[in-house]
Amino acid sequence: MTKANLAIEVSGLHKSFGRTHALDGLDLTVETGEVHGFLGPNGAGKSTAIRVLLGLLRADAGAARVLGRDPWADAVEVHRRIAYVPGDVTLWRNLSGGEVIDLYGRLRGGLDAGRRAELIERFELDPTKKGRTYSKGNRQKVALVAAFASDVDLLILDEPTSGLDPLMEEVFQRCVREERDRGRTVLLSSHILSEVEELCDRVSIIRKGVTVESGSLTDLRHLTRTTVTAELAGPPGGLARLPGVHDLDIQGNRVHLQVDTDKLNAVLRSLTDSGVRSLTSTPPTLEELFLRHYQDDVQAAVASGVAVAR
Amino acid sequence: MTTAFAVRPGSSTGQLTGTGTLLRFALRRDRVMVPVWVAVTGLMVLSMPNSLKSLYGTGAERADLMRQMATNSSLRALIGPVFDDSLGALTAWRAGVYAGVLAAVMSLLVVIRHTRDEEESGRQELIASGTVGRRASLTAALLTAAVANGGLALLVTLGLAGQGAASAAAFGLGIAGVGTVFATMAAVVAQLTESARLARGLTAGVLGAAFVLRAAGDASEDGGSSVLTWLSPLGWLENERSFADERWWVLLLFVAATAVQGAVAYELAGRRDVGMSFLPTRPGPAAGRLSTAGALAWRLQRGSVLGWSIGFFLTGVVYGGLAEGMADFVGDNEGARAMFERMGGQSGLTNAFLASMIGMLGLFAALYVVAAVLRLHGEETSGRAEPVLANAVGRLRWAGGHLAVAFAGSVWIMLLAGLGFVLGHGRSAGPILGACLVQVAGIWVVGGVAVLLYGLSPRAASGAWGLAGAVLLIGWIGPALNAPRAVLDLSPFGHLPKLPGGEMEWGPVLSLTGLAAVLVAGGLAALRRRDQSSG
Repeated sequence: MTKANLAIEVSGLHKSFGRTHALDGLDLTVETGEVHGFLGPNGAGKSTAIRVLLGLLRADAGAARVLGRDPWADAVEVHRRIAYVPGDVTLWRNLSGGEVIDLYGRLRGGLDAGRRAELIERFELDPTKKGRTYSKGNRQKVALVAAFASDVDLLILDEPTSGLDPLMEEVFQRCVREERDRGRTVLLSSHILSEVEELCDRVSIIRKGVTVESGSLTDLRHLTRTTVTAELAGPPGGLARLPGVHDLDIQGNRVHLQVDTDKLNAVLRSLTDSGVRSLTSTPPTLEELFLRHYQDDVQAAVASGVAVAR
Repeated sequence: MTTAFAVRPGSSTGQLTGTGTLLRFALRRDRVMVPVWVAVTGLMVLSMPNSLKSLYGTGAERADLMRQMATNSSLRALIGPVFDDSLGALTAWRAGVYAGVLAAVMSLLVVIRHTRDEEESGRQELIASGTVGRRASLTAALLTAAVANGGLALLVTLGLAGQGAASAAAFGLGIAGVGTVFATMAAVVAQLTESARLARGLTAGVLGAAFVLRAAGDASEDGGSSVLTWLSPLGWLENERSFADERWWVLLLFVAATAVQGAVAYELAGRRDVGMSFLPTRPGPAAGRLSTAGALAWRLQRGSVLGWSIGFFLTGVVYGGLAEGMADFVGDNEGARAMFERMGGQSGLTNAFLASMIGMLGLFAALYVVAAVLRLHGEETSGRAEPVLANAVGRLRWAGGHLAVAFAGSVWIMLLAGLGFVLGHGRSAGPILGACLVQVAGIWVVGGVAVLLYGLSPRAASGAWGLAGAVLLIGWIGPALNAPRAVLDLSPFGHLPKLPGGEMEWGPVLSLTGLAAVLVAGGLAALRRRDQSSG
């Protein structure tokens, strides 16, 4: 079952805290060398899943492999090849940022001194300040520099940029691309959709502890509806009977409709039969894509559109 | 009315807006801590008349005690001079300095908890953004300390009223006076440093200096008339001469010091930015040398180990020096002799005194071991453990560093205490060091329970403080109350041989050490199996 090119392989993961089911059969597949976006509303179980992947929590049921090993039983071996950045970085009040970066690096088994210096420069971090005097963004920079300067195969980043300014966000994105270019794998949990769109090869969306969608952004777009507005030579015929057409609105020769993206072809054929004068077709935005999954009342639509990549 | 254009620093309106709300909030947060401090301090004072009565039942015995104190400068340094041979005056003598110290510690903890702690954690920012005056938080903190000290004064006054109501009130107010002086002192220090831990340490340092000044003054002259004694708020308390024709005007010294320090704190608080301090924080190194979880644990705990080491060593020197004088002092008083022998064993008063003092330090070392073990708990719940454990650090290795500091550290501080006793006493190095090391078995059992509770669940961890407190209570008060053997045996320390002087018994020492090892192993096994909490 385990494939050599999978950095993370999770199936049917369950984890409960008392009566709360944080994970309820989660699936997640991250291929080696990709940047994988990990998305979901607050409380969906992203951080719980990450903590299982780090061996900090033990799953109640299901299988998890990280870099081909069991993250609970082989935690130390797995961690030698992982760098982790938590969403909420807390530092020791009396240790300087530089001391923490070096400590984390050494505890992972190595830090590239040149890369460390370069990253401190790029992130404009003052490594001599003590933990208690850093702002939220600067505490995240400490953890990010330690992660990017470490010699590891997999980076697990849990909302790592929530405190960074736009300039530092740019630096972060460049660093992630460099990591990918070096063949490293990145699991990026994030709420910043533009960041996900920029960086991620594939994304998984989870809700209430279950993976509701997973695939490349192109794949995911394919699963949602495209908006089509057209002005025709004559009155349109038979559009309402076509499968996958929604919210059809015909006013004289003008047509406005939404269509499931994989059914677009038949709609276009029908439109050209009537003679097209003008046509605009808008692909779904990423926001629409996510909102569909984030909102409770579209659960039914989600259930019919589940396409977990395997 | 001041307008928006006419606002000058320090003179704007509404500096105290919101004080009432903040005060209620602070009292609610302290609803356990303050009553416990007040009750423990108060009961310590209130138990004195009875305990003294059982030791020095007749007027002749009490007069004898007073005469001996006049010639025993080392005991005067420790406790202070006796001004009268009534039970009330002896209570003020025996309990006064220590009640003052406890009130001072309570006050400094309360004030710094509600001022610098709040700022350092960033919580103050949110509060200050509400309709809250610039000095409201400081005022609320000082009022909280005032309520606590007022409660203590009331408790002492009511409890000792039987010895003379007015004198009891003077004594209670004196203790509260020491408390308020250190409350305002802490308020000043909280303006100076950015770190609450440093603020607590500095204020406690001033308290220590006040104790040393009074001790030096009382050692050099009887009757509290030395200049050194008058320099210390603890000296004022004793010079108030409660129950011995008290000098009420001495209370004005407390009022004056409180007013001056309070004014300074207010002035400073009005002039600085929220979260900032007058003493700047020094930058640290740009590169670090820490490379293992063990080194990190040592780095985090070394300051506290240093503090305990100094305290234990100095206590050893002081009590070691007192040991011979003690034998003369207790002399032929049967009650006192019996109490020391219950605490320390049956063979000679000097040995009994040494054994009871070494046993006392063992009980305090149990507090050290619990604090050091529960650093694990603090690291886990604050979220700082998580990124460390996400590195190539196993849980056992991570925990091992802190446990080494806890368990080896308790051996270290007991050895230092032993060294202090040897230096102070001037002989019998072997038996004294051996007696100190024997305590380790009891200390480790308490530490082992802390490890087990923490390993089972982070929520259960603080139960270890309850155990340490119970052990302290049984070991400290138990013999004085002539508690039955069954109660004393509940504490691991109750099973240890009474050394020096008594017979060394390997059986209980080894079995307690074994028990400690089992407890630690069980705790670590549980820690490996459970989820890490996310704070």
